[in-house]
Amino acid sequence: MSGNEAIARGAYEYGVGLASAYPGTPSTEILENIGKKYPEIRAGWAPNEKVALEVAAGAAYGGVRSLALMKHVGLNVAADPFMTLSYTGINGGLVVVVCDDPEMHSSQNEQDTRNYAKFGKVPCLEPSDSQEAKDMLGEAFKISEEFDTPVILRGSTRISHSMSLVETKERVLGPVEPGLRKEPPKFVMLPGFARRRHPLVEERLKKLAEFAETFPFNQIIMGDDSLGIISAGVAFQYAREAFPNASFLKLGMVWPLPPRMIQEFASKVKRLIVIEDLDPFIEEGVRLMGIQVQGKELTGLCGELSAEKLEKAVLGSSSAKGVAPIEMDLPMRPPNMCPGCPHRATFSALKKNKVYVAGDIGCYTLGALPPMGMLDNCLCMGAGIGIASGLGRSLGDLAKGKAVAVIGDSTFFHSGMTPLLELAYNGGSTTVVLMDNRTTAMTGAQHHPGTGFTLRQDPTITADIEKLADAFGFKRVTVVNPYEVQKLQSVIKEELEADEPSLIISRAPCALLKTGRILPDKPLRIDADACKGCKSCINTGCPALEFVKFKEKPEGEKRQGYSTINEALCVGCRTCYELCKFDAIKEVS
Amino acid sequence: MSTNNVTNVIIVGVGGQGIILASDVLGRVAARNGYDVKKNEIHGMAQRGGSVSSHVRFGPNPISSPIIKMGEADVLLSFEQLETVRYWDFLSASGKVIVNDHKILPPAVFTGQQEYPADILEQIKQRVPDSVVVNGLEAASKLGNPRVLNVIFLGVLSTFLDIPAEIYEEVLKESLKPKLVEINLKAFHEGRALV
Repeated sequence: MSGNEAIARGAYEYGVGLASAYPGTPSTEILENIGKKYPEIRAGWAPNEKVALEVAAGAAYGGVRSLALMKHVGLNVAADPFMTLSYTGINGGLVVVVCDDPEMHSSQNEQDTRNYAKFGKVPCLEPSDSQEAKDMLGEAFKISEEFDTPVILRGSTRISHSMSLVETKERVLGPVEPGLRKEPPKFVMLPGFARRRHPLVEERLKKLAEFAETFPFNQIIMGDDSLGIISAGVAFQYAREAFPNASFLKLGMVWPLPPRMIQEFASKVKRLIVIEDLDPFIEEGVRLMGIQVQGKELTGLCGELSAEKLEKAVLGSSSAKGVAPIEMDLPMRPPNMCPGCPHRATFSALKKNKVYVAGDIGCYTLGALPPMGMLDNCLCMGAGIGIASGLGRSLGDLAKGKAVAVIGDSTFFHSGMTPLLELAYNGGSTTVVLMDNRTTAMTGAQHHPGTGFTLRQDPTITADIEKLADAFGFKRVTVVNPYEVQKLQSVIKEELEADEPSLIISRAPCALLKTGRILPDKPLRIDADACKGCKSCINTGCPALEFVKFKEKPEGEKRQGYSTINEALCVGCRTCYELCKFDAIKEVS
Repeated sequence: MSTNNVTNVIIVGVGGQGIILASDVLGRVAARNGYDVKKNEIHGMAQRGGSVSSHVRFGPNPISSPIIKMGEADVLLSFEQLETVRYWDFLSASGKVIVNDHKILPPAVFTGQQEYPADILEQIKQRVPDSVVVNGLEAASKLGNPRVLNVIFLGVLSTFLDIPAEIYEEVLKESLKPKLVEINLKAFHEGRALV
């Protein structure tokens, strides 16, 4: 099982009654697996992580074991309920699974979730493989209920997406009897009540540190005493790989730390090193105990660790004997929008209008890459509309008619609705282009409140974006099919000139979706003689197009080459057709 | 194969080529053979036509890291010429190479900004003379379905590993939809016959 499958399995085995999440790599498949395999668990996508955690908190207040699942930056969104949940505590167990992304394989930053555990005064467990991911989820629920606290289970990309063998067990429900529990001093965080809860939180942390001393997943593994390594999570596996004979203190609970255990281990080894991904979290804890230790000075703060990085950092060189290298100038192969992607069409229309684009997070973030190059900023989920509003109102004529925001449908429901309301409320003339592809595409096509279906494919409401904009007071709302690039281009031009905020909904289903498909799935062809080699089509970056350069220019030839279409890849979206000024692109008869 | 009786296989190519399924099956095969197994790959943004790599490690003793150390891969199985070079440094000095004789042009090449390197196969063969180059697309077309490319290469790969073919067959039967089993079993044996 992958780490994500193992956590889903753990949710089943440890009697979870409710699970809520917003998709985010690398955590997405946890709820997907719960949805597919474990009907015993009430599970659904939430519009964002804050709501997911609040839904989970509700279940936990009702005595039901519950799970909120998210990627690291999702906890920023959920930070508000998280910080005070620490004060109210729970009733049924509550675990927040947060998956970090060292190396930023699919993320905008590499923040370290363990800091939130310390910040929120909440215990944090960290598994090092799939079996531990499942087992520790069970431990997390026990701790949650015994100490009346939410618990973080910190994963990472390499835990979520690594597969290893897992032993399974039967489902057992938690010890708490479900029901409505009235207890305002515990659950109503008025200042007067909260003042009484805070000392309990501090007391709880002390008890947890004591508990950590005997927590079975905190383990001393003695080997050679010349090198002692304190480590946790997947970093422990890298360290074991690099230094199989060293002594280890493997921490399963990374917050709070077990001081006596660390003192004992430190006294048994000659050289002490902390090996951990990202921040010097354990290292600083060890230093505060007055123990001399090495850590980030060797392993560095950025990117993910690996066995060979550790060998080089600690021993000065790697033991591996690799093959003779190949020196070659390799073209990069970044991810790209798919053939037929409606975002490519929308960006092409935006490009024709030469606008500044405040971006957002989704497949359309790839529009930043060459040759499209049509994103000028991208900060976090839902930020684009607010940034465009701020640019527009502060710069006035300097931005008028030149700056737009783009946002996807799922991101809009996640955290784009409030900035859209701000824009309507405070005015200005910003244009928002909502790139509505009817799914959460980047994470693998999950449903959201606008698709009409739930996690388990059951039919449900379809949130209506047009009506929402109307309710917010938008007077200018246009729905356009992005594949009609020229029309979209003129709509954008018109809205940019308007003196009030406007919303353009550029709507066509993701090219990978099978339902609601409007793509003809018939390839186009380019008449090589009619092609002038201007590259208008090529500059969309469509993988179905290729520019064929002349090796030797024929006599009298002005072009450098001509464009062709790979008919195996082309789905006939006609974006290139709309852009071609020379009628060189035809349908295949 | 290598030190500590761990076999390290890295499978690389381009998003959409079926790399994840191939490595999933290999992982299950190794587990069925009684080995401890760890497997890792990168999902997410890499799926959109980006470069993809999957690491599979197995052996009779417990496996620690899910990632292969640079210079320790026993087999580099590559579904695309250029990607072979991108992950070349993972290969050990005694490692084997299996390459699909196929080019998928990256954006800088299909937009005419950069050339696709011309002599990749020569460079590979200079360093690892017994590299196996297979025209996978041709073999898949012969079977009438280009999507079985990944299982053809699983067949090629199986001849380099010490796990019986029957175990691959069992796992393929279990992991695929019933209507796809027959053609994939054919593809697997086609791959074995190519070596």
